Amino acid sequence: MSSKKYANEKGLNMKFAVVVFPGSNCDGDMYYAIKDELSAEVSYVWHTETNLDKYDAIMIPGGFSYGDYLRCGAIAAYSPIISAIKKAAENGKIVLGICNGFQILTEIGLLPGALLRNKNMKFICKMSTLVVENSNTIFTNKYENKENVTFAIAHGEGNYYCDDKTLEKLKSNNRIIFTYKNNPNGSLENIAGIVNEKGNVLGMMPHPERVVNNFMGYDCGLRLFKSILERSIDV
Amino acid sequence: MKKVKIYVTLRESILDPAGNAVKDSLHKLGHKYVKDARIGKFIQLELEDTNNIDEKIKDMCEKLLSNTVIEDYSYSID
Repeated sequence: MSSKKYANEKGLNMKFAVVVFPGSNCDGDMYYAIKDELSAEVSYVWHTETNLDKYDAIMIPGGFSYGDYLRCGAIAAYSPIISAIKKAAENGKIVLGICNGFQILTEIGLLPGALLRNKNMKFICKMSTLVVENSNTIFTNKYENKENVTFAIAHGEGNYYCDDKTLEKLKSNNRIIFTYKNNPNGSLENIAGIVNEKGNVLGMMPHPERVVNNFMGYDCGLRLFKSILERSIDV
Repeated sequence: MKKVKIYVTLRESILDPAGNAVKDSLHKLGHKYVKDARIGKFIQLELEDTNNIDEKIKDMCEKLLSNTVIEDYSYSID
């Protein structure tokens, strides 16, 4: 089946929102991955909006919101849209934060921990092999457990940190969803992506939206969006 | 009017690679006795006269100016 017609042919309908902050720069990639490759309904939502009620899935894209002034995601954390994102998460809607979106999710407390400067001090922009640690989630049900996938990474502050107690909780509840096969940034336990307790909020540094079609080199990121779309009918 | 000087640093338990790079560079300059270097942020605020100033600074530091998961803060008021 052509992926372009995926949502239509499956008869699935889900409304995606891509939240845009001043300084977001992966919003277009996210929008077109959903629109063209998933063929689902998607809209940009500017950060001054305060209502996300009509959307089923909220995407927080990568970039440098507010120039990453102070700390990555710190100023975005007090944008008007944030209370709507928190409400959506509370109501069990799907929330996905990629890269800067992951940093924002930790700053607003929807996910635990924080993202520190990469251990080697470098901004890392390359392809990275990830291991799918838990394929039994809204976000990863189209992957095999322990499957290796190749996603793009592009960040200067992707070194995941949390305290021991939090790490224990993440591990015991299978909330570590992706790990790096070869840790590029010093992340604790090679963590690349985690979910919240309920499992409806995922934050990850790698970019699935940049690997959704073979012309990009890989298309294994598309299955993350397909997972969201198909799982939505069971939730 | 009050001037508030706020210092934000990574917690002691957290690796500071930028601080380490600075320490190594100081060693190269011959300052071998430098045991550790930590890099932080300095934020200066000017406040209109207000009451409960400590409480207000604490609120600003803990909600926005620092991330208490990874950072400590301290301040002085002139």
